[in-house]
Amino acid sequence: MARALINVPPKAKRGEIIEIKALIQHEMETGFRVGTNGNMIPRDIITDFICKYNGEEIFRADLHPAISANPFFAFFTTATESGTISFEWVGDNGFAAAESATITVE
Amino acid sequence: MTQHDDHLHATRRRFLTDAAALAGSLGLGLSLTLKPATATPATMQAALKKVVGEAPLQKGKVKLDVPPLVENGNVVPVTVTVDSPMTASDYVKAIHIFNEKNPQPNVIGAHLGPRAGRATISTRIRLADTQNLTAVAELSDGSFWTDSVQVIVTLAACVESL
Repeated sequence: MARALINVPPKAKRGEIIEIKALIQHEMETGFRVGTNGNMIPRDIITDFICKYNGEEIFRADLHPAISANPFFAFFTTATESGTISFEWVGDNGFAAAESATITVE
Repeated sequence: MTQHDDHLHATRRRFLTDAAALAGSLGLGLSLTLKPATATPATMQAALKKVVGEAPLQKGKVKLDVPPLVENGNVVPVTVTVDSPMTASDYVKAIHIFNEKNPQPNVIGAHLGPRAGRATISTRIRLADTQNLTAVAELSDGSFWTDSVQVIVTLAACVESL
């Protein structure tokens, strides 16, 4: 299980625009590098990142090899109600990781 | 003057002319890299076309924030901000980033919705060479807006060997 680091404000006012940051540990092997044996290292990247707020999709990204190792994203959303914000990463070779955070909206 | 001296002079002369020619070509190379490149390679145009289709690409509204001089191409912080009210009727649907000289033209495609509140995304990308980066924003009314920035990279990413 890859380690993921997410940053969601624990409390927010209704209607407030909050910043969400997500970082996950992953090599993001491009598939364009040559290894010590002279062969190409096969591609192994995260291809999709999805963020949901109480089940509703609020942010989705298609990743390509040009994203750095340990992909980081920062984006915004409007705090509408208390609940969970869930994060999902899907990648090559069956890579899948999920994380979630709770937010209290007053 | 002996035969040997003659030979020595000849080689020294040749060395000097060769050195001058080399310096000249280097200078030319340098001026070429410092000149902002405007012609965008075909692969990036093809990738752009796939996203934009036949719609006109307009300059403005989008701000692509990248450090102009990057020491390490493996981790380049990028922020794209789109000037949009982000209401239910007028919002940014997607933000795409393209490059010219990495092995592949696509960098990221991010999909937002009206409830994002602020059309800003930040991430970290890889750059293989000094090149132009292009950000494209797709608005809810179907229009496309773009911004391009030249980035100078000293240590390249993506294709280095182990």
